[in-house]
Amino acid sequence: MFAATHLNVQNMRRQSLVQILFMLMTAILILPVLIILATLIYKGGPAISFEFLFSDPRDGMTAGGIFPALVGTVWLVAVALLVSVPLGVAAAIYLSEFAPQNWFTRIINLAIINLAGVPSIVHALFGVGAFVLFFGFGTSILAAALTLAIMTLPVVIVATRESLQAVPLAFREACWNMGATRWQTIHRVVLPNAVSGILTGVILEVSRTTGETAPIMFTGAAFFLPFLPESVFDQTMALSLHLFVVSTQVPGVPDEMPYGVALVLIGMVLAMNSVSIAFRMYLRGKKKW
Amino acid sequence: MEQAQAIAETGNGAAGAASAQTAAHAIHTRDLNLWYGDFQALYDINLDIKQGIITSLIGPSGCGKTTFLRSINRINERLGYVRIQGAVEVYGHDIFAPGVEIAQVRKQIGMVFQRPNPLPISIRDNVLFGFNLHGEVRRRLHRSEQDEIVEGALRQVLLWDAVKDHLDRKATELSLEEQQKLCIARLLPVKPRVLLMDEPCSALDPKGTEAVEELIWGLAGEYTILIVTHNMAQARRASDECIFMLMGKVVEHGDTADTFVTPVHKETADYIEGRYG
Ligand SMILES: Nc1ncnc2c1ncn2[C@@H]1O[C@H](COP(=O)(O)OP(=O)(O)O)[C@@H](O)[C@H]1O
Ligand SMILES: [Mg+2]
Repeated sequence: MFAATHLNVQNMRRQSLVQILFMLMTAILILPVLIILATLIYKGGPAISFEFLFSDPRDGMTAGGIFPALVGTVWLVAVALLVSVPLGVAAAIYLSEFAPQNWFTRIINLAIINLAGVPSIVHALFGVGAFVLFFGFGTSILAAALTLAIMTLPVVIVATRESLQAVPLAFREACWNMGATRWQTIHRVVLPNAVSGILTGVILEVSRTTGETAPIMFTGAAFFLPFLPESVFDQTMALSLHLFVVSTQVPGVPDEMPYGVALVLIGMVLAMNSVSIAFRMYLRGKKKW
Repeated sequence: MEQAQAIAETGNGAAGAASAQTAAHAIHTRDLNLWYGDFQALYDINLDIKQGIITSLIGPSGCGKTTFLRSINRINERLGYVRIQGAVEVYGHDIFAPGVEIAQVRKQIGMVFQRPNPLPISIRDNVLFGFNLHGEVRRRLHRSEQDEIVEGALRQVLLWDAVKDHLDRKATELSLEEQQKLCIARLLPVKPRVLLMDEPCSALDPKGTEAVEELIWGLAGEYTILIVTHNMAQARRASDECIFMLMGKVVEHGDTADTFVTPVHKETADYIEGRYG
């Protein structure tokens, strides 16, 4: 009575087929990532040492370490974050909570999404025009970081807006109905419930700037500068540019060196992402709904 | 601003009702019309809802009950495409008058929703939430004063005994029935004068429904209550007056007992009978 019919068998077969197919597609997706990581670790691993991380490049960058580039990247990303996160979060709060939902706001939202698609080289040229020349910051950490910030603003805004809109309407209505003002609602209910999403979304998006090369190349990153920046008005080396330089621009670089630089770069991005994910998990644990 | 002040003062009870004539009527609407874009949802609503009693609002789905409720505390206006004409007075004060502060209107007119919507914070903080919104920034209440408010509100909604030992639990972990009670409780410390309830029991099981009904009974007198319900039996046993709406219009408004026994309009009779039992 409960035995499988011909039709059952056919259905089961079809299901297994589909399942295997989709699994293969997933594998195709993951494989390149694994190969890249394995190659980097295999070829670049031997290059990594305390000396590599914490000393200056020597002998026309064919020997020594990457310390100035490492520090430079940290500077660039930190300053960029410092500028783009407050600006972007504030803009997103305004757009999603205060602005009247009319055609003008919709156009602005559309423009922001489009802005996220602008190629980074275009941002680079904008950075040269605006920050290096017009504002007179020269080629400096400040100009480069501002260019990065402008580039990441749209994604920060979009990530923040998504987190804000994920807070259920019922929470807001509960507030309004007790006579809360908009700001009270935002500050006491919406933000506390959106903050984990905002932070992690923003860090995930922004960690990508670590690897950006074009926007900083003309605005503040130097080819070779074997000392540390002292202020945001100095130029600096950066990992991404350094990787470009040691892999294509200077002869006689030992094989493992570019791989080592790439490994450090990827390590930094992964570290930022892990921090963001750990943070999200911590906040989720504390989250009340 | 002055208007808002006036509403706020009457809210404190000390100032009392604005005049003898308005004293009997908590909510007075005159030719209230409302449009969602081009669609008219309310037609010439003229109602006088008495103070201190429970008035039930019945009618088929889509007849505009929620819309009416939401225009009384001006929460509909959030939608940009809503247009309202006519007047609504609450305790003699025009809620649409220029200078009226929306936050004050909503403070005076609390609302309970179909689905309980406690905030994702502790039970205690939920009860104090509204109160803290309106409290003086500089004067923080003593813990004991806060405790008093929490206990008072929770007792009034018959929830105190069930939660008194774990006030720090998240409100969202409570049962639906308890959540709905909490949603009513958190309105009380703000001292509203009117409570609007939009099918407050429709998400609850029969036992929960009974419990919440009981507490609503207990609140009548102190508060003017306007309750939307789909449940004829509930309207009949739990309200003093009854309003029947159909397609955006008020068909009948009268004493609940009379309306159910000898409805004036045929539509009312049809609806009551069709839904009854
Ligand atoms: N936000 C809205 N936008 C447009 N139309 C709406 C909206 N809310 C309700 N309506 C319409 O208004 C009418 C009355 O709805 P509602 O007040 O929710 O009825 P009820 O609560 O009596 O079921 C319905 O025809 C409904 O489709
Ligand atoms: Mg409704």
